[in-house]
Amino acid sequence: MDIFLQQLINGLVLGSVYALVALGYTMVYGILELINFAHGEVTMIGAMVALSVIGALVGHVALPGVVIVAMGVLVAVPVCMLLGFTIERVAYRPLRHAPRLAPLITAIGVSILLQNLAMIIWGREYVKFPPILSSATHQVAGATISDLQIFILVLSLLIMAGLVALVQKTKLGRAMRATAQAPQVAALMGVNVNSVISLTFIIGSAIAAIAGVMVAAYYGLAHYYMGFMLGLKAFTAAVLGGIGNLAGAMLGGLLLGVIESLGAGYIGDITGGFMGSNYQDVFAFFVLILVLVLRPSGLLGEQVGERA
Amino acid sequence: MLLGVLLAALPFLVDAGLGRTWVRILDFTLLYMMLALGLNIVVGYAGLLDLGYIAFYAVGAYLYALLASPQFGLHLPFWLLLPLGALVAGLFGMLLGAPTLRLRGDYLAIVTLGFGEIVRIFMNNLNAPVNITNGPQGISLIDPISIAGVSLGQTHTFAGIEFSSAHSYYYLFLALTLLVMFVSMRLQDSRIGRAWAAIREDETAAEAMGINTRNVKLLAFAMGASFGGVSGGLFAGFQGFISPESFNLLESIMILCMIVLGGMGNIAGVLLGAFLLTVLPEALRSIGDFQRWYFNRIIVDPADLRMLLFGLALVLMMLFRPQGMIPSAQRRREFKHDDAPQEPAPLYDQQK
Amino acid sequence: MTSRFLASILVATLGLSLSACGKKPETSNGELVIKIGSVSPLTGPQSHLGKDNENGARLAVDELNAKGVMIGGKKARIELLSEDDAADPKTATIVAQRLIDEKVAGVIGHLNSGTSIPASKLYSDAGIAQISPSATAVKYTAQGFKTAFRVMTNDAQQGRVVGTYAAKLGKKIAIIDDRSAYGQGLADEVEKAAKAAGAEIVAREYTSDKATDFTAILTAIKGKDADVIFFGGMDPQAAPMVQQMKRLGITAQFLGGDGAQTAEFLHLAGADGEGVIASNPGLPLASMPGGQAFEQKFTAKYGKIQNYSPYAYDAVMVMVGAIQRANSLDPKLSLAELEKTDYSGVTGKIRFDPKGDLAGGNVTLYQVKNGQWVPLETVKSDGQ
Repeated sequence: MDIFLQQLINGLVLGSVYALVALGYTMVYGILELINFAHGEVTMIGAMVALSVIGALVGHVALPGVVIVAMGVLVAVPVCMLLGFTIERVAYRPLRHAPRLAPLITAIGVSILLQNLAMIIWGREYVKFPPILSSATHQVAGATISDLQIFILVLSLLIMAGLVALVQKTKLGRAMRATAQAPQVAALMGVNVNSVISLTFIIGSAIAAIAGVMVAAYYGLAHYYMGFMLGLKAFTAAVLGGIGNLAGAMLGGLLLGVIESLGAGYIGDITGGFMGSNYQDVFAFFVLILVLVLRPSGLLGEQVGERA
Repeated sequence: MLLGVLLAALPFLVDAGLGRTWVRILDFTLLYMMLALGLNIVVGYAGLLDLGYIAFYAVGAYLYALLASPQFGLHLPFWLLLPLGALVAGLFGMLLGAPTLRLRGDYLAIVTLGFGEIVRIFMNNLNAPVNITNGPQGISLIDPISIAGVSLGQTHTFAGIEFSSAHSYYYLFLALTLLVMFVSMRLQDSRIGRAWAAIREDETAAEAMGINTRNVKLLAFAMGASFGGVSGGLFAGFQGFISPESFNLLESIMILCMIVLGGMGNIAGVLLGAFLLTVLPEALRSIGDFQRWYFNRIIVDPADLRMLLFGLALVLMMLFRPQGMIPSAQRRREFKHDDAPQEPAPLYDQQK
Repeated sequence: MTSRFLASILVATLGLSLSACGKKPETSNGELVIKIGSVSPLTGPQSHLGKDNENGARLAVDELNAKGVMIGGKKARIELLSEDDAADPKTATIVAQRLIDEKVAGVIGHLNSGTSIPASKLYSDAGIAQISPSATAVKYTAQGFKTAFRVMTNDAQQGRVVGTYAAKLGKKIAIIDDRSAYGQGLADEVEKAAKAAGAEIVAREYTSDKATDFTAILTAIKGKDADVIFFGGMDPQAAPMVQQMKRLGITAQFLGGDGAQTAEFLHLAGADGEGVIASNPGLPLASMPGGQAFEQKFTAKYGKIQNYSPYAYDAVMVMVGAIQRANSLDPKLSLAELEKTDYSGVTGKIRFDPKGDLAGGNVTLYQVKNGQWVPLETVKSDGQ
């Protein structure tokens, strides 16, 4: 039982990492109906920038670890905001009237571009996250959970709640919803559609930066390639929960994390050794295909025709 | 006529001028041309963005490798394996197509990407509990392709002219590339080709016009996949060794780059794209050599540069010349959108 | 359209051919030139290792040239042709063809098994000897090619040593591999050897060479009460894996192969790496017969030794030794001499078994103590 509980915790933490990235995906998709393939890469850039700052500070200033990490985040967030803004402005906006294939291909291009740029800047080696955060662990009914794990779980919930409040309660949120539903009408009603879209990218990228730092802190390292798989899994999570739906992204992320953890942990026993944890990455794709085929609107998404 | 002579003489000219290595590169170029033509059917003709195309290449390659190597002790002949590869890859294409028929463009892209990865993961793991693919170790000692008892793996002398293995493969690949080209051209102008164009332009309208979109899409997947399967089989026989690492996502993206760069839907464009991107790494290699010679160290790794340029090329092409270097007539019309004032901005076209 | 385009390709090719013709170097002032190829990834993720191999080979070539080589009574100069295979199987066959075109007397390479294997077919067809300094997949020499040799213990030899050692550490063993050709090959051999030594394999888990989250498989292993966890894979996975083991409260001994026995592992794992044991083929550099001298010469010229350069160095010595004994540039004659090699190099005694594998190579086990790799013991892997 404690093993099962541990797998559940593993899954929830992994899932909250997915959820953090999925929130950004879902925001952009909710408004533009565009898969921002480069979102995972923005996450990676966030981690890399923060790590550069943290690496420069550690050992030179006598500050507590949390403060140093916070300073890293403070630099990474505006960098990613600018990056998100630029990506939308340069690569997506000019293609709004082009056939659907065009922005999709640019998105892939931007993703490859960022990955290789990061590789040239930060090198191919894994960048180490210095061990400056608490690594204390707690025992819960025979399973262990660390401070950082609890923090990531709580943080992703807080960010989600914040975003929901933003979209539901503020003026900007209303403009976003209006833009998502009918851009032309929204524009006629005095909504500056371009600014709303830019802001969506900026907010999404800020969250991506935070997510990137959390991922790097959690696993103790960052790498130019980390954004790709993360982005893919996060996208799956967003689709699973119902793309465009913030609570859905959270739910989808947690669910996917748990599916992967339990899957990798138990598939060997279930299939009598026929399949093992080597198929861990297959689960995510399998779930994705199943959801898209059976319930394209996702778990929490509303049923909209032509959505998928 | 002149062209025919040129194509026939090409390997000898290249061999004399640049060395046998470039004949081998030429062989790979032809393989990629076949792949790009196959993907062009799916993406260029039918407008279905497929990011897992390399899976069909993998299926073809593994099929050939398993049935013509010491792996199972089977050594089936080439003339049987070639159509079999096309058939099985085509079936895989339908397998991918069937559940994804209802998906719109961007979802389709992700699902196909997932499919490509699933195929690779299976190839990489089917060595236990029953060893089928040898897992990550790959399959070696694959039989070279042999036609009418003549093995292309050896050097032959015919009418006083020496044909090395690379030369023989060139002629086989050339013949098949021409065949694939011919089929592609005929398809484009056929009923099916027009149906593909119709669903690419507007699926709902196409359906209203009485096109069976399901069958037509499935056919696009199957046709594209079977071309991929054929080239996969050729690759396995040519290289003699395959392993899952040759069939990763980057390869899928590279083939996509070829057709985007050259011009989606246009055969000459696709061929040009395939040619450029196969030769590019070789050309970039000299940038590395130059740096090593001039600075005595590598400042910017050509391998990094290559992918960076690919990414940049995808973005720039879409922004400034979305129709590709050699666009198809239809595409040219389609991509011609006036840059009229964007405010108020209707968002991404909902129809396509 | 098509014809115009093809014609333009042709013109371009012809242009290239003409320019290529002009630069072919033909240096023959009565002096023989022995061309030796060196292939490793000089670009891409493994370029640091690739460059290291090239440097090892170059050091040997420079020394031999300084000493002077005589073939058939004529003075000979060795020329090293270094090629980049980018660790890609397809590129490997292209550069192999290039070396064959250049009529090299022998090839030192490739670095990886995934590139050495497809290239070995071309070298075999051309009758050119190939010595890989670092490819360890069993299959490389098991294809029946008379031209394929290596100067490093293969996965089976290393796996046998590590598996037997694992069984000494504990009776319940869990094995993880990263599904790469290297990781899986080594892990399978370790599994076999550990079983043969009477240990029980309680879990066989898998990850990928890009993964960072291992909690699910580690938790599954925790549930099986393993004493030892062997991981076949590289340092970027081994380091976080060790950290996650600590966090999950797993006390089993972590055991790795040469992919984990690196400085990078120490850096990434930090304090959590303490106590980890990992193997590496060959002797510790300090106890190699000419290790210290080699290290001095190498570092003076090229800086830090990455990993396999001593093997590349020895491979050149073995290759040129065979050519000198054959006293001819005919690859057939030198190949026959190569099989009879009995050479004491910096990496130890080099003799080949009938397959071309290193006979009686060594494997050393190291443990992390105070943030350093400390040799525990060196075991002879009776190579077969």
